[in-house]
Amino acid sequence: MIDIQEYIDSGVLELYVYGTLSEAESAEVSRLVALHPELKAEVEHIEIALQQLTSAAAPFTPSSFDSIQSKIQSTNGEDVIPLLPIDEESSQRPIKQISKRTIFISSLGWVATILLLVVLGYQFAGGKKLEDKITTLEREQILQQAKTDMAEEELVKANEMLDILRTKDIISVPLGAQEISPEAYASIYWNKETDKAYVDVRGLPTPPKGKVYQLWSLTLDPLTPTSMAVLDQYDANGTQLFEVNNPNASEAFGITLEPEGGSASPTLEQLYVLGVVEP
Amino acid sequence: MQPDQLIAKFQQKDESAFAEIYARYSENILGVIHSVLHDQELSEEVLQDVFVKAWNNASSYNAQKGRFFTWLLNIARNAAIDKTRSKAFKNSKRNQDAAFFVDILEDKNNFSSKVDAIGIKKYIEVLEPICKKVIQLLFFKGYTQKETAEALDIPLGTVKTRNRICINKLRDVLGVT
Repeated sequence: MIDIQEYIDSGVLELYVYGTLSEAESAEVSRLVALHPELKAEVEHIEIALQQLTSAAAPFTPSSFDSIQSKIQSTNGEDVIPLLPIDEESSQRPIKQISKRTIFISSLGWVATILLLVVLGYQFAGGKKLEDKITTLEREQILQQAKTDMAEEELVKANEMLDILRTKDIISVPLGAQEISPEAYASIYWNKETDKAYVDVRGLPTPPKGKVYQLWSLTLDPLTPTSMAVLDQYDANGTQLFEVNNPNASEAFGITLEPEGGSASPTLEQLYVLGVVEP
Repeated sequence: MQPDQLIAKFQQKDESAFAEIYARYSENILGVIHSVLHDQELSEEVLQDVFVKAWNNASSYNAQKGRFFTWLLNIARNAAIDKTRSKAFKNSKRNQDAAFFVDILEDKNNFSSKVDAIGIKKYIEVLEPICKKVIQLLFFKGYTQKETAEALDIPLGTVKTRNRICINKLRDVLGVT
C-alpha cells in the first residue's frame, strides 16, 4: 500500500502527464492510477491545467478538420491505384529467347546499381553522423542559453536585494545559534519605514521532511511571540532570502522548527536561532 | 475527463470520432508545436502532420501505458523537434532566443480560444522565472529530469518537486484544484 498523498506530493504525476517518464515508470503510474481514484482525479486536474496552458500558448486558431480529412483520405489504402495496368495481350505473349549477351548486359546493370547503392549508403551514413552532431551542438547551445538567462536573472535579483539591504533605514539583527543546532545562524534586515523585513536563512540546516521554519517577532517584557511568516517555500527559493511584512514593534526575532503549515505559538524546544534588536 | 469511448472509436478508424478528437486537442497541440517552432506556417504544417500520424498509428495508443493527451504530446514534440532540423526552419530566421512559451502568451493579443485569457496572463505575472523555465524545458520541450537539472543548474532531486510547486501555482490561478 502506498501513501497516496506522499505519492502525489512527489511530483511524479505531473511528469507522467508530461510524458517524460520512462516507459516502465509510466506503466507503473498507470497501474496505480487505475487502482486509486484520488490519483486519477489528480492526474485529470493536472491535465486540465496543462490543456489550458497549451491552448493559451497557441498563437492562432488551428485550421479546420477538413484540411486533415483530405490528407487521410488520400493515404487510404483501398484507394491506391495499381502502379501498372495489367495488359492482357502482353502477358499472353510467348517469352522470347534471351541471348547470353542480353543476360550479360542486364547483369552489368545490376552490378552498377548495387555499386551505386553501396556508395550512396556510405554517404548517407556520413551525412547522418554529421546531422546527429549538429543536433547535439544545437541542444548544447539551447542549454547554454538557458544557463545564461538564469544567471542574468539571478544577478538582477541579487542586485535588487543588495539595494534593499543598503538602504539607510535598515536595521540588521544577527540571530545566533541555540543548543539544538550550534552551527545555525540567520539574519534579519528590518526596515521600520516600510514595515518590511528580509530574512536570510542560508545558515539554517535544511528542514526535515514535513517540517518548516517559522519566524517570530518577540516583545520581551512580558515575552510575547507573534508569528511573522512560515518559511515554507524554502526549497523553491534559490537565494533563501525571504521578504516578510513586519508591522510589529519587535524587540527580538526567533526562528523555530514547526510541523508543516506552522503553529499558533512557537515550540520553544525547537528554537534554532534567536537575536535581540539593539535599541 | 479522458473521453475513453471517443478514443476507442478513433482507434477503430471512425472519422467522425477523429474529427472530434481534432476539435478537442488541436489547439493544445498547436500551442506545444508553436512554442518550439515560433513560426506560424511551419507550426500549422507540423500540426497537420501530427494528426495524420496519430490517425495512421491510432492502434499504437495503449491506455495502460499512459494518457491519450500524453501520447499526442509526444508525437507533437518529436515532430516539432524534427522540424527544427529542416531547411525551412533554419531559413525562417526566427529569433531563437525568445524560445519560451511565456513570450507567446505575453505577445498574444487575440485570445480566440476557450481559455480564460485573464487567468493565464495573471499566471504569468505570478510565476517565478524558475517556474517558467522548468515548465518550458520539462513540459514543452520534453527534457528529462537530468537534462533539466543540468540546463538550469539545480539539483536533480529537486526538479520533480519544484515542477509540482509550479504546476500547483498554475492550478491555483486557473482554479483547477
